[in-house]
Amino acid sequence: MELKDLYRDVILDHNRQPRNFGRLDPADALADGHNPLCGDRLTVSVRLAGDTIADIRFEGKGCAISTASASLMTEAVKGRNREAVHELFGRVHALLTRQEAPADESLGKLAALSGVREFPSRVKCASLCWHTLNAALDQGGTISTEGGNESSSAGAT
Amino acid sequence: MSATPLRAATGSGYDVERVRRDFPILSRTVHGKPLVYLDSAASSQRPLAVIRAVDDYESHTHANVHRGVHALSQEATAAYEGSRERVRRFLNARSTREIIFTRGTTESINLVAQSFGRARLGPGDEILITALEHHANIVPWQLVRDATGCSLVVAPIDRSGELIMEEFHRLLTPRTRLVAVAHVSNALGTILPVAQIIAAAHARRVPVLIDGAQAVPHTRVDVQGLGADFYAFSGHKVYGPTGIGVLYGREELLASMPPWQGGGDMILNVTFERTTYNELPYKFEAGTPNMSGAVGLAAAIDYLEALGIEAIAAHEHTLLEAASAALGSIPGLTLIGTARHKASVMSFVMQGIHPHDLGTILDAEGVAVRTGHHCAQPVMDFFGIPATARASFACYNTLAEVQQLAAALRRAQEVFG
Repeated sequence: MELKDLYRDVILDHNRQPRNFGRLDPADALADGHNPLCGDRLTVSVRLAGDTIADIRFEGKGCAISTASASLMTEAVKGRNREAVHELFGRVHALLTRQEAPADESLGKLAALSGVREFPSRVKCASLCWHTLNAALDQGGTISTEGGNESSSAGAT
Repeated sequence: MSATPLRAATGSGYDVERVRRDFPILSRTVHGKPLVYLDSAASSQRPLAVIRAVDDYESHTHANVHRGVHALSQEATAAYEGSRERVRRFLNARSTREIIFTRGTTESINLVAQSFGRARLGPGDEILITALEHHANIVPWQLVRDATGCSLVVAPIDRSGELIMEEFHRLLTPRTRLVAVAHVSNALGTILPVAQIIAAAHARRVPVLIDGAQAVPHTRVDVQGLGADFYAFSGHKVYGPTGIGVLYGREELLASMPPWQGGGDMILNVTFERTTYNELPYKFEAGTPNMSGAVGLAAAIDYLEALGIEAIAAHEHTLLEAASAALGSIPGLTLIGTARHKASVMSFVMQGIHPHDLGTILDAEGVAVRTGHHCAQPVMDFFGIPATARASFACYNTLAEVQQLAAALRRAQEVFG
């Protein structure tokens, strides 16, 4: 368990200077995410062109892992359609949780999150933004890392 | 079950290294580093005396209580009721009829809320709490409010984390039917002026419940001296087992209250038409209780009193002062909760580093602190922060550990550049 595997330069950079920070107004899709265990809250807003994410912003307060993960996510999903986003989330989720999953080259900068798997208590920090984006694309509303919403949105993986 | 007759605490000093040897878990490592356990406000560790007392009960004494005529049942009953007497002496209650075993502070407060609250409160009545309360002293009252139509009134705190007494006096009105306050704030460590609070409430004939979960490990509690009507605490925060706690209640009040859970042990006679309830305290102990937990709690109280609560409190105060100095000198660190009278809790935030990240980095250094809202979200909202990191000190912590905490916090600043 090495701290520098968790807090890589890419993570610290995206925490200090989150990309696509803010809120799209109007937005075509929007959802709030909440991790009641640590108090993290974020809002993901999306503008769609057909089925494709044309623009995306996030805002909220969270730890370095949650902020950097959201920032990296917004960069990674722009220009992708729903199906591609779901597929990407699946690969990110594997990266975060599976010991044997190699850092997939196609994940690009998202691969910086691979250190999270050594810190099981932090997996929810990194996945909150993805669950929130999923919820926004599905129907909007609020999701929580605890309780029924988590399992239903996690089911997408 | 006599605890190790420890006399580590003497007039000349407190032998913390000797105390540490009583706690087996403190010799383990975490992530290859010696454990620095600074999360006792969440749950304290158990001394060998408690572990052995529980083991001894399980190995030699266990059977169901209050039922059988066989030897084990009688021995188990003696052990369980002996523990009740130990708690009575600890709190200086008048009678064991006033000592109800529960699962913990949360259940104790829920008992009062469901029995006393539901039976006596209605629209126009008010329950007065403070802005410092743990969720366990908020949510049970909200349930009563929603069931009865009474109101929940919250006395505010100031920026240091102290209850604003003028506001408390103003909010204590002819409509107030119950005051429920923490003795010590779990999130900030503030010691509340409970004697003053009780005196003010009693002047209006309003009963007072004290949530003593964070106070009992650090201060001597005399329920008669205090005049508390209800006093709640948990075993596992006072070096005892989990799943056991206590509700002290003044006998006249308890006698007038209806049972809140029905079942075995709380009855004298049952037919399908009517049931006669058992006498105090059994009226409030439906079902087979946590006997080994009660035995462990009694052993924990023996241990605590052998060390001396005053000696422990003095030691913890030394640690708190050292921590205030060490953490106060770290740039970018802000202490949350700076009340004049505090128990050994340090809540803090660090500029540019979220408490959750702090918790992970400290953990990698072997330092266990709590991070989050500490089940006191309204306190966090008041200070405009989502969470804090909290270091809490107990009888077994050392000045060296305070320095390790400070060093680990500096390490966190290095990681975050």
